Amino acid sequence: MQKLKTFSIGGVHPPENKLTDHMAIRDLPPPPQVAIPVSQHIGKPGQLQVERGTTVRVGTLLAKADGFISAAVHSSVSGTVKKIDSVIDSQGHRRQAVIIAVEGDEWEEGIDTSPELLEDISLDRGAIVTRIAEAGIVGAGGATFPTAVKFSIPEGRTIDTLIINGVECEPYLTADHRLMLENADELIVGTRLLMQAAGVARAFIGIESNKPDAIELLQERIRLKAGEGKIPEGFISVLALQQRYPQGGEKQLIQAATGREVPSGKLPLDVHCVVSNVSTTIAVYQAMQKNRPFVDRIVTVTGKALVAAGGGANLRVRIGTPLGAVIEAAGGVPDGTGKIIMGGPMTGRSVTSLEVPITKGSGGVIMIDRSEARRYAVGHCIRCSRCVGGCPMGLEPYLLEKLVQKERYEEAEALSIMDCIECGSCSYSCPANRPLLDWIRLGKGKVGELRRARMRGTT
Amino acid sequence: MSQIILFSVLTLGSVAAVFATILYVIAQRFAVEEDPRLSEVAEMLPGINCGACGFPGCPGMAQALVEGADQGDISHLNCPPGGTEVMATIGGYFGLETGSAKETVAVLRCGGSCEHAPARSEYDGPRSCVIAHGTFAGESGCPFGCLGHGDCEVVCPFDAITMNSETGLPEVDQQLCTSCGACVRACPRKLFQIRPVGRRDRRVWINCRSTEPAVLARKNCAVACIACGKCKTTCDSIVQAITIENNLAYIDHDKCISCGKCVTVCPTKAIAATFEPPQPKPKPAAAEPAAT
Repeated sequence: MQKLKTFSIGGVHPPENKLTDHMAIRDLPPPPQVAIPVSQHIGKPGQLQVERGTTVRVGTLLAKADGFISAAVHSSVSGTVKKIDSVIDSQGHRRQAVIIAVEGDEWEEGIDTSPELLEDISLDRGAIVTRIAEAGIVGAGGATFPTAVKFSIPEGRTIDTLIINGVECEPYLTADHRLMLENADELIVGTRLLMQAAGVARAFIGIESNKPDAIELLQERIRLKAGEGKIPEGFISVLALQQRYPQGGEKQLIQAATGREVPSGKLPLDVHCVVSNVSTTIAVYQAMQKNRPFVDRIVTVTGKALVAAGGGANLRVRIGTPLGAVIEAAGGVPDGTGKIIMGGPMTGRSVTSLEVPITKGSGGVIMIDRSEARRYAVGHCIRCSRCVGGCPMGLEPYLLEKLVQKERYEEAEALSIMDCIECGSCSYSCPANRPLLDWIRLGKGKVGELRRARMRGTT
Repeated sequence: MSQIILFSVLTLGSVAAVFATILYVIAQRFAVEEDPRLSEVAEMLPGINCGACGFPGCPGMAQALVEGADQGDISHLNCPPGGTEVMATIGGYFGLETGSAKETVAVLRCGGSCEHAPARSEYDGPRSCVIAHGTFAGESGCPFGCLGHGDCEVVCPFDAITMNSETGLPEVDQQLCTSCGACVRACPRKLFQIRPVGRRDRRVWINCRSTEPAVLARKNCAVACIACGKCKTTCDSIVQAITIENNLAYIDHDKCISCGKCVTVCPTKAIAATFEPPQPKPKPAAAEPAAT
């Protein structure tokens, strides 16, 4: 058997628990009220365009992008703006949001909601990037970096490879898997659009080998399109990857697919690659071909007890829907739940309230049983170096933890603490259950402060 | 054989002599003359290098004192952990007057105890306030309140801070506290402030740092400041020590006379005092239902 590709160093393989991968995507109707945060992306919050009492429809612009790294936010429902208030986020902090009382489900004119596949691609690079920005598309894998910024390739830089991230290496999550199965054709058109935007003639769709049905289906569809003469041979290829966390990390995926390593402190652009998530790519298809902005996303609602009781679902949820309503639609919170995580179990955050709204970056809701929700007792570090072996960035997590605890941030910086991608492989592999990532994350914050202070000092 | 020994001794000896001469000349010409007062003054200081004086450790303070003495004035300098005693010794040494620095103490500005701000979630991560602060708003939901993991207790070099397991809040022992400011720097929520101990140890402060709007603040904590302005109105007619900004009142300790009137008017009991505030006079009998 041919050995599957993967990244070269570190990585772990947690139990997959893909309990909902056979459940077809269901539409969740708009709830009675949504709270749409003004900032759902990395970068500057958008500028509000509505006020109390404004009547909105699905797709009405609520906030426009403010500055280069920012993203537009659209209404995901039709109704009236009840108030501009704050809503609790997954960390328990208050964030500005537009609260809309839902009435009916009317869409803005010009948005095509039919399921018909539109394959015609005629726009040029600039127009595609502009449209992506207008639709408020951000990286839906969780990082929420504005997609238009990613594809605004600076003068003099070249890209030769586009990688579509269908890895979904986080345990439990199946949203991208279902999308690939149910929207394979849309994904291919979206990929072609992004290839045009990046100006490349080669794209990979990276999928881990635990999704053989998706790999097979996409390969077949691509062959079919090539046979019809719609895309050139070898234009888009499906890449089956070995199962290994965090393969869905941008830098890991680039290495797995192309063998190129993104240097420390550099961007994928520096190795002539650009990566886009499956959900993001389908959002691009929707924006270009159907004129539909980023107003909903697929959310996997899962958990061992929930699925055992016949619950669990992959839902198409309007942005701003409260977490409680989403869980209710998938079977409710099972008895004995000790923790509810938003995102994946490795990088997600446990929430403190069911009022937290679904945002553009929330791909999963996981109910963890009380017996599994707690951290294990922490022991002493015996320098076994399992964390070093697990780190996909080649760092020394045990040492970084100590340096941060001793507030020796300059030394931590010299040991490339800022290269940490916060995947949690170190904490996962530590036999003494040390909270390595918690300290490293704190250190990254402190080093960031130091760097900003230095910048202020020199200018 | 003996020739080799003789030769080695002579060459090495002469090399040593040449270097010794060079080193001697350099040591003489470039000698750094240290003021003998520096080490003597440093001896008098507590030697804990806490930095509370604003200088880098005790040697830094000694330098500042000597420089000050040369200009004939050290009244602006103060060693908080040493207190008046140490400053009096140093004053005597220089024959100069030392400043009458107010005695100060660290004050916690949060009343969010387990009772007043009950936990609505559970934190399971490392027992460290800085990490908890970076992770979420807090078990009670108040993003400004004490997290209760005791970073201040750990950092205090004088064991003046202890965590009260009943209230979940740290307590400062005024006798042990030297106002070195370690807790002020350690608290990720900036809840500690160095305030004057006040006349007869009477001091009053707003026991809250929440700038959330009243409704939200009260949701998380029963004793949150809601910026209603009653304390300000009361104080305005006396000394105008209270200001309200960002949904939060603040008492200027330089103006406050510790009368305690604001404590009694505060509807949420968000103002703390180290003494029993005077109770307002009971309302005239007319307010009560007349006994018939």
